[in-house]
Amino acid sequence: MEHRDENKEGIGGMINPRRYGIERVAYLLMRLSGLGLLAYFIGHIYETSLILKGEVGWSEFLELTQTTEGHVLLAIVIAMCVFHTVNGIRVMLGEGGVGVGKPARPDYPYIPASQNVKHKIGIYSAIVLAAIAMLYGLGVMFGE
Amino acid sequence: MAQVSSIAEEQASTPLSPSKSVTLRIARFNPEHDSERKFMEFTIPYKKWTTVLDIILEVKKYFDHSVAVRYSCRQATCGSCGMKINGKPMLACFTKITELDSDVITVEPMNNFPIIRDLAVRFERLFESHHKIKPYLIRDDSEITSNEKEFLQSPKEVEQYIQFANCIKCGLCNSACPTMATDSSFVGPQALAQAYRYVADSRDKGKNSRLKIIDESHGIWRCHFAGSCSQVCPKGVDPAMGIQLLRGYLLGFRS
Repeated sequence: MEHRDENKEGIGGMINPRRYGIERVAYLLMRLSGLGLLAYFIGHIYETSLILKGEVGWSEFLELTQTTEGHVLLAIVIAMCVFHTVNGIRVMLGEGGVGVGKPARPDYPYIPASQNVKHKIGIYSAIVLAAIAMLYGLGVMFGE
Repeated sequence: MAQVSSIAEEQASTPLSPSKSVTLRIARFNPEHDSERKFMEFTIPYKKWTTVLDIILEVKKYFDHSVAVRYSCRQATCGSCGMKINGKPMLACFTKITELDSDVITVEPMNNFPIIRDLAVRFERLFESHHKIKPYLIRDDSEITSNEKEFLQSPKEVEQYIQFANCIKCGLCNSACPTMATDSSFVGPQALAQAYRYVADSRDKGKNSRLKIIDESHGIWRCHFAGSCSQVCPKGVDPAMGIQLLRGYLLGFRS
């Protein structure tokens, strides 16, 4: 009820990447990759715990990663890991006040200094590096 | 006299741009008796400098006077006419039809604010958050009681906060913020930027008390530096910068 009263956009508005440029796309990818890595981390803990069932149980589960679906999943994990790391460094620096510009009297048309080229380069770099790492991973896994 | 007539001739000879028309879609909703939002469409002629507020007022004047809209100064100073225009929060008086580059203009009330009716929203929460961060100089003495005539500042000291003093409390930043889209308790970019405005003011002595107010779970740490607040600010305040600089004080990068 409170949601409706405050006319909030909710999760749909939060994850909508179309209105506010590449920064909002980076925000969405950061959240998705964070959740994806968390899910992978939980799955990874489950996987490694299977060693308690002996070598057979461990090997059976490990075979799942040798399938086509397993390779694609691992390639996505590689991309998420690289994007989250590179963009995370950018966000951490920004949140410490690094590279967000200096306060100054604003002049029309009021281009925000915090949304500067350095941060845009950081975002595009994170996306490109993630894509390269994923393609490399796919090459290694399917090239075996 | 000859000069006056030549100006008149010049104005008369200036070709008027042919009037074009735009379809204005206005969101209609009264929370007291409507269950869902409806849109009313109007075809309105416009010229090069016509603003979105102008055509809304045309609708009120000639088609439907019951459309609820808040406005006052018509020059991006009062911060009253914030609304969602084609999906993005903007000031209606500061947005020309021509710059939208669309034949259809949809106006809706700003998100993250309770709706009073149609395009008018409640600002109580924004003002509460603004008041919460103590938006005034905190110090024991005053310019009236002090022996000094005034608290002098160098131009460099003024530069540290003057950008953030431009805030007109229009609420566009709070409407664009992705955290505010889901978190009802988040203090919001407007109040955080104003917290920075006073923390960065060399005359202010209330930095620690102000930082204590925003250093909480629904305070400054819920900002994820998406930067949408700065992109929609009509006065160049750049709340995202203020918030990150403010965080620098809490993380020990600034003093």
